[in-house]
Amino acid sequence: MSCQKQVRDYACSGSEKKGEKRLLSMETEEFKPGRVGAPSAGQENSSSFFHYSRFLVIMILVLMALFPSCRSGRSGHSLVVAGSTSIQPFADKWAEVFMEKRPGEIVDVQGGGSSAGIQAVLTGAAHIGMSSRELKGDEKELYQIEVAHDGLAIIVHPSNPLENITIEQVKSIFLGEITTWETLNGQKKAITVVVREEGSGTRGAFQELVMGKSRITKKAIVQDSNGTVREIVSRDPNAIGFISLGLVNDSVKALALNGVKPTEEAILKREYKLVRPFLFLTRETPSGLAKEFIDFVLSDEIQELVHKEGLIPVRRGSRPEGSR
Amino acid sequence: MTRLEKNDRLVRLGLLMIALSAISVLAIITLFIFEQGTPIMFRYGFKSFLLGQDWYPSEKSFGLLPMIVGSLMVTFGALIIGVPLGLASAIFLTEFSHRRLTRILKPVIELLAGIPSVVYGFIGLMFLVPFIRDNFGGPGLSVLAASLILGIMILPTVISIAIDSIRAVPDSYREGSIALGATRWQTVRMVVLPAARSGIIAGIILGMGRAIGETMAVIMVAGNAADIPGSILAPVRTLTSNIALEMAYASEEHREALFATGVILFIIIMILNTIANVTSTRQRKK
Repeated sequence: MSCQKQVRDYACSGSEKKGEKRLLSMETEEFKPGRVGAPSAGQENSSSFFHYSRFLVIMILVLMALFPSCRSGRSGHSLVVAGSTSIQPFADKWAEVFMEKRPGEIVDVQGGGSSAGIQAVLTGAAHIGMSSRELKGDEKELYQIEVAHDGLAIIVHPSNPLENITIEQVKSIFLGEITTWETLNGQKKAITVVVREEGSGTRGAFQELVMGKSRITKKAIVQDSNGTVREIVSRDPNAIGFISLGLVNDSVKALALNGVKPTEEAILKREYKLVRPFLFLTRETPSGLAKEFIDFVLSDEIQELVHKEGLIPVRRGSRPEGSR
Repeated sequence: MTRLEKNDRLVRLGLLMIALSAISVLAIITLFIFEQGTPIMFRYGFKSFLLGQDWYPSEKSFGLLPMIVGSLMVTFGALIIGVPLGLASAIFLTEFSHRRLTRILKPVIELLAGIPSVVYGFIGLMFLVPFIRDNFGGPGLSVLAASLILGIMILPTVISIAIDSIRAVPDSYREGSIALGATRWQTVRMVVLPAARSGIIAGIILGMGRAIGETMAVIMVAGNAADIPGSILAPVRTLTSNIALEMAYASEEHREALFATGVILFIIIMILNTIANVTSTRQRKK
């Protein structure tokens, strides 16, 4: 899904630029057959060029019709937001709402991953970077604003008697050291470990928050979306897996971690440990359109949307205004 | 040159261009895969790709052996299930069943080929996987599940080509055999099948090609653990699943490693096809 999204965004930014150029040349040259091509060229040449350019214009119009998000006024400013593929789908939605409210402004949301996003802000390729991991080392130079939190839930089959688990136990299970449920819930059954594929943001978060430098066992079953992990765990009484907190439903049971249930309250109090921030990054104190967009994302309206989409909104009132 | 001759040359040239464009697409794809996939193999060494057992792309560990073994196991499993079933069906439909029954059954079998692979995968996930988990143990997502699903998926290919080649055996062979006092089964076993052998093998090769290339259904039922399976009840990852599973977020070397997976898949398919072609032509010469 996100892959498709990326392709679309790419197509958008490409066609948009081309479109602008084309339309500009249309305006200045008034699009007359004789004048579009080089005036000195022979009749045949210029008419074929005319056909060619008309074809191009039609193509671009078709492209613009296909990608409605590119159509917004070309006179407005454009804000490039790039980074974490975990944040991208949400940021896309926020940008859409923003552009609806502010016709003429363009917010271009791109993926690439947290590290790419951080690089993009540092080099100035993007106005706002998105990172779903904490900044480290030199990256801390950047101005960061928390816009939401994303939690990981450790899930098991609803029939599993286990209610609570420690982070150490989770780590041992995913390392492949604990292979049966016996020490955990008394059942002499083999554990089915379910994980996400290499490269996914959710796996990255789990690796960082739970595993540290250790490798997840090779014997783990691998699925390529939160939905399929949940599906497998909901069908296998012996399975354990991890998914985004917002996507937990009744078909699976989210375990308490070190005695803390993954509730919104526990996350805001930082008691539940498997939480990662969704960060917006800028090089300087945000100003202009970037500031407007960040303020908009932190507004009650969008924070409500954040909540509805399964993320944890940053607490209202004591909203972090960013820190150096 | 007359007008007709000119026409003829034009048509020839046109057809040549079209044929060349089809072949050049193939060439471009091949070039592209190798161009993208081989640099990383040189950088880390072919040995570490072919014989490495650890697939952790984020830690620069690109061992593809589990996936190579996985692909071969699942394909072999599919043949073990699909070939006897397919051959038996083909023999029954050509030699033992009523003509009218054949006329109904053959199109039905060919219809099986039209079912999208995601549907096979979904049915496998909903019914086959829980069945294996409850009755044989393990997570259910396994070599066995993938082999069974693939075995069924290659049936239409194996059956329809086997039927065609058995039908192509002249009736005089059968008549001669029966005249010598052979039973119907003896005729099939000792006369018809040997005569139809090369066609049957061609069908099996095509089925094998489908099994090794199938991705969607396998991802859904195989479990995709990047580990050499210890039993047929253990999860397995094939080369094709490895690419499809991880391409969404792969970048830089991880992405190159997926192309390298494609290179190895390409080479394996070439080797299998060559072996199959050589054996079938050799048999034809006999």
